[in-house]
Amino acid sequence: MKNKRSSQEVALGVRRRVFEHSIKNNGGYLSQACSSAEQLSWLYNEELNLGDSVLPMVPKDFDGVPSIKNKSYHTGAGYNGAFKSELDRLIIAPAHYALVAYATLIEVGRMAPEALDMFNKDGSSVEIIGAEHSPGMEMHNGTLGIGLSTGAGLAMGRKIKGEKGEVCVFMSDGELQEGQIWEAIQASVHHGIDNLWAIMDVNSQQVDGAMSAVMDVGDIEKKINSFGALAIEIDAHDINAMKEARKEKHEGRPLIILARSSPYQGMSYLKKRFPRLHYVRFSSEEERKEMNFKISNELQIEPIQY
Amino acid sequence: MIEIVKKPYSYSFENYAKLDQDILCLSGDLTSSCEIDGFRDRYPKQFLSMGMSEQNMMSFAGGLGLAGFRPFVHTFAVFSYRRPYDQLLASIAYPRRKVRIMGFLPGVTTPAGMTHQAIEDISVMSTIPNMTVLETGDATEVEDICNVADSVDGPVYCRILRGNVPRLFNTPMKIGEIRELNKGTDLLVITSGISTEEALRARSAIKNIGISIQHIHLHTIKPINKALLLSQIEKVKYGVITMENHLIKGGIGSIISDIIAESGIAKKLIKLGLADTFAHGGSRAYLLKYYGLDAFALVKGIEKLMNIKTEINESSLDEVRVEDVHSLSKAEAL
Repeated sequence: MKNKRSSQEVALGVRRRVFEHSIKNNGGYLSQACSSAEQLSWLYNEELNLGDSVLPMVPKDFDGVPSIKNKSYHTGAGYNGAFKSELDRLIIAPAHYALVAYATLIEVGRMAPEALDMFNKDGSSVEIIGAEHSPGMEMHNGTLGIGLSTGAGLAMGRKIKGEKGEVCVFMSDGELQEGQIWEAIQASVHHGIDNLWAIMDVNSQQVDGAMSAVMDVGDIEKKINSFGALAIEIDAHDINAMKEARKEKHEGRPLIILARSSPYQGMSYLKKRFPRLHYVRFSSEEERKEMNFKISNELQIEPIQY
Repeated sequence: MIEIVKKPYSYSFENYAKLDQDILCLSGDLTSSCEIDGFRDRYPKQFLSMGMSEQNMMSFAGGLGLAGFRPFVHTFAVFSYRRPYDQLLASIAYPRRKVRIMGFLPGVTTPAGMTHQAIEDISVMSTIPNMTVLETGDATEVEDICNVADSVDGPVYCRILRGNVPRLFNTPMKIGEIRELNKGTDLLVITSGISTEEALRARSAIKNIGISIQHIHLHTIKPINKALLLSQIEKVKYGVITMENHLIKGGIGSIISDIIAESGIAKKLIKLGLADTFAHGGSRAYLLKYYGLDAFALVKGIEKLMNIKTEINESSLDEVRVEDVHSLSKAEAL
């Protein structure tokens, strides 16, 4: 199912889908779709070597948390394909990007569009913050900063077992404020875990606003490189740049692609909402109407009926 | 004379782990302190040095679990949960990874004070869903712990004794079972970990004054066999005393208190342990005495429970086993 459409087209579809969902539901993680659509689309549509989805097009309802009694439990990772030694694994570290990830699964044909109607509904597995059992997810990453460590452990394990498949972690730059990220980079470099790579949505935003105002993380390319990993900064909306960065050799160390993104890409109207972009909810019906009109125009679709 | 076994974890872990390539040995910069330096030197391919970064170590172990390995994580008990609590839940407990957390120096077995003393680990670990909690009380249990912990389908936390460890038991440790150390009808004494050795110091003195004690040792703290424990509680006339190297809240005292309350049985309970207090640095014998966790504290507990005054004084108890501060069986004076 690869490459039926260009990743750029998939990304446009992701933005449209997240936008439609947000207008209909009176809010959503819109700016994350703006910043990361190309990254997730590229990963699913081109870059990762994933098998076909092994889970139903319409996700199953929530079926209990893991416990020794819950024999039928499984994670949502099956949407990324079967666990085979030659296939890649994807870890979506910032779990609040779930809406964007779900939209991507739909756009690449791994999940049915109806799945988004189940988003954040009681009893659904399509949770607002991606859970282990949510489509495309393999573990809980809602507490930011833990995903890269798990990816490193998984990659180390796969390396020891001689598995060909690599481990990719989709990250966000806000996570860099957590100390654990630096522990993970340190450990990955120390153990030479080079079947691990990450792409980080560097949108410079966090819940309270711009990262530079909340807690500046400084020159992250320099910091990561001085930790011994290979960091390469690119334009997050340039898919060719992603492909080029991914080709860089990183023997004995992980690669971290810093995808410098705009939180308004494709939805310029959102600039008005700066610096509160983490979760866009409409402050009035007028704003909702205006946003619907302006953004749908930019995304070249009819205004959303709600 | 009690048999003292030198570094039982050291050879037991090595003998167990070397046979299975799916076991990985992780160390949080406490390799000789957790008696796995020999393993590191002899089986370097199964050893991963994780440095002083417990948060990463726990999530990393979860990732190794996801890749099909069974990581044995070695650090001091206190470092395995206080800082990396979130990682413990999200990366290990929730997904039921087969991670075996080996917590050394539980409770007041370390002179290093508050930062090093795991006094609420059992409370914290046993409230985590999917987690199994085990505690070793002698050399035999330390010898068995790897095999026992590794038989669990899910994550396990173990309190491990190191250095010179007395051999109190000669039967294998079996998960969910209890050890009946003395049969009696007046009262039930329940101990775990090093508190069992302490309680045994008072055994002959108590017997000499004609009090009949039912004494059991608990190594499986979660899952708890409520029916089995209730049948023990029902056997005795006056009530129950628990003694543990832990806070009295959230440990075995609380577990027994729950069983008594839920069953509606009318039995008194005295809980010996750290009573809502932090401890400080000092020798084990000093700390046990200072915080009321030693054999004499047990005698006082018995007097209180039975409302009697005995003639037992500290000199009537068996001698305290004192370990050298600087011993070849320890990596450092901790």
